[in-house]
Amino acid sequence: MTVLNSMPRSARATTLEAQNMTRRFGGLVAVNEVSFDVTRGEIFGLIGPNGAGKTTMFNLMTGLTPPSSGNLTYEGRNITGLPPYKIAQLGLARTFQNIRLFGNLSALENVKISQHVHTGSGVWAGVLGLGKSKSEELEVEQNAFELLELVGMADKSEDKAKNFSYGDQRRLEIARALALKPKVLLLDEPAAGMNPNEKGALSDFIRMVREKFDLTVILIEHHVPLVMGLCDRIAVLNFGQLIALGNPSSVANDPAVIEAYLGGDE
Amino acid sequence: MRFGIKKVHFIIKKQRPYNCFLKDTVNDFFNQYGFLIVQMMLQALLGLSTYLPLMAGQLSLASPGFYALGGYIAAVISTKVLPVSGMYPVQYLLLEMLIAGVASAVLAVIVGVPALRLRGIYLALATIAFVEILRVVSLNLEVTGGAVGIFGIPQPFENPLAYGLLVLPLLLIVMFFVFRLERSRIGRAFVAIREDELAADAMGINPTYHKVLAFVMGAILAGIVGAISAHFLNTWNARQGTFDASINSLAYVLIGGSRTFVGPVMGGLILTALPEILRDLKDLRLIVNGLLLTIGAIYLPQGLITPELFKRFSRKAGKR
Repeated sequence: MTVLNSMPRSARATTLEAQNMTRRFGGLVAVNEVSFDVTRGEIFGLIGPNGAGKTTMFNLMTGLTPPSSGNLTYEGRNITGLPPYKIAQLGLARTFQNIRLFGNLSALENVKISQHVHTGSGVWAGVLGLGKSKSEELEVEQNAFELLELVGMADKSEDKAKNFSYGDQRRLEIARALALKPKVLLLDEPAAGMNPNEKGALSDFIRMVREKFDLTVILIEHHVPLVMGLCDRIAVLNFGQLIALGNPSSVANDPAVIEAYLGGDE
Repeated sequence: MRFGIKKVHFIIKKQRPYNCFLKDTVNDFFNQYGFLIVQMMLQALLGLSTYLPLMAGQLSLASPGFYALGGYIAAVISTKVLPVSGMYPVQYLLLEMLIAGVASAVLAVIVGVPALRLRGIYLALATIAFVEILRVVSLNLEVTGGAVGIFGIPQPFENPLAYGLLVLPLLLIVMFFVFRLERSRIGRAFVAIREDELAADAMGINPTYHKVLAFVMGAILAGIVGAISAHFLNTWNARQGTFDASINSLAYVLIGGSRTFVGPVMGGLILTALPEILRDLKDLRLIVNGLLLTIGAIYLPQGLITPELFKRFSRKAGKR
């Protein structure tokens, strides 16, 4: 990380670039002409008051919501308007603000499922155990166990996802996203519902995961100390517009940001 | 609800020496219930054909449509294309099953790609409409025999029970197929879509492809079952693929259990046998039959067979 920070920003490659992204829902402009670029290897924070358009921005980046206008470039490739599964296949994995695990399935199955794109057994190979489907199945299971171990849930692998505590569900979602072997990991409020201890551990965990898997991390978070301590750069949205972009200290002192959060003096 | 028991078997009892008594009782049983036993297995297969799209979360009631199509294909081939005097060769029947499967698959892709854009109850309605369209078309075409249908479909087996030689292996093969599918990569993708389509999409699973795949699998199975049923029932007409049949095959899955393939199999077997078991109640039997279904739906919302049941069972077995 220190190496990264000591390098001039221009020397590092851009992995994800949003250009004039706009999304309208009827008369409401949820995201309005937002542009930024995310550098490979950084932890990029997306913050803003409630309803600022952060989650919509995430949905635009992962294809769940098509943009009304604007462009999205990933590793030099235009991915605007691609369906979510294609964007996921290219290496963008996400978690959800309102946790969307496969609730009736075990933790293990949840993590197995997202290895779909890295395996290739068809119907007959899978049913009859032909070809490499057997070894593939073993590999999927082993990978799943390793990821559960990483998030500290290996002992709960057979439990149903919906029965876990909030914190465990968030961790399982991260494990499921990591099973996609992504290059960019998008975390939507990963600390929500966690207790202070868990929040503290989460920062270290996100840094560790970034190092281990050579990831770029983009995260939405409300917990200010976590964002300030963790992110290399922060983008601030308010009413769908990008009002500030920079390193944590410059953003914290930006008058526009202070006004958005605390209200201006009129 | 009716489960289509259409043949009545007369058993002529003769005086026999005592040592033949057991053998006779067994024979009597199979003579009397041979038709029912095979019918139970066929309905279990239809239950599985509704279960397959449901694995991927798609409430499709289209199975009877493909069942009807498969039946007409078999009926037309065996009475018009390849008429045979005497016993109908079993290999011809297998050929009909193959053609019925392929035709159902093609039709399922054509219908499935647009229809599967709909969700939940809307998909159910669209598939009911599909079944109705096929029914009306078959009523009005000449090749399907119009309202009369096609009768005198040749028999490949000596008696109804002998159909079991074909239907039982088919049921076991399909059960093995679905059992393995549930534990494979494609099956996991189906289940992921059932649990949360949007999350599955975000995890790199192409929802449309897998939904159509599950729909086509169910259609192929229904088509094959239809081809056998046409011979088995001896006659085929527009009453075979109806809204009634849609509801029946859905009941197999819902009463049997929709979370494991054992559910629709048990549902198909039990619900087909139920009106026969209740025969002694005479006029009351349909009322009692309906009552039992309602009670089942209220007190066993997950169905008779649930994955938890297996877990409890295997845990007990493990302790021993």
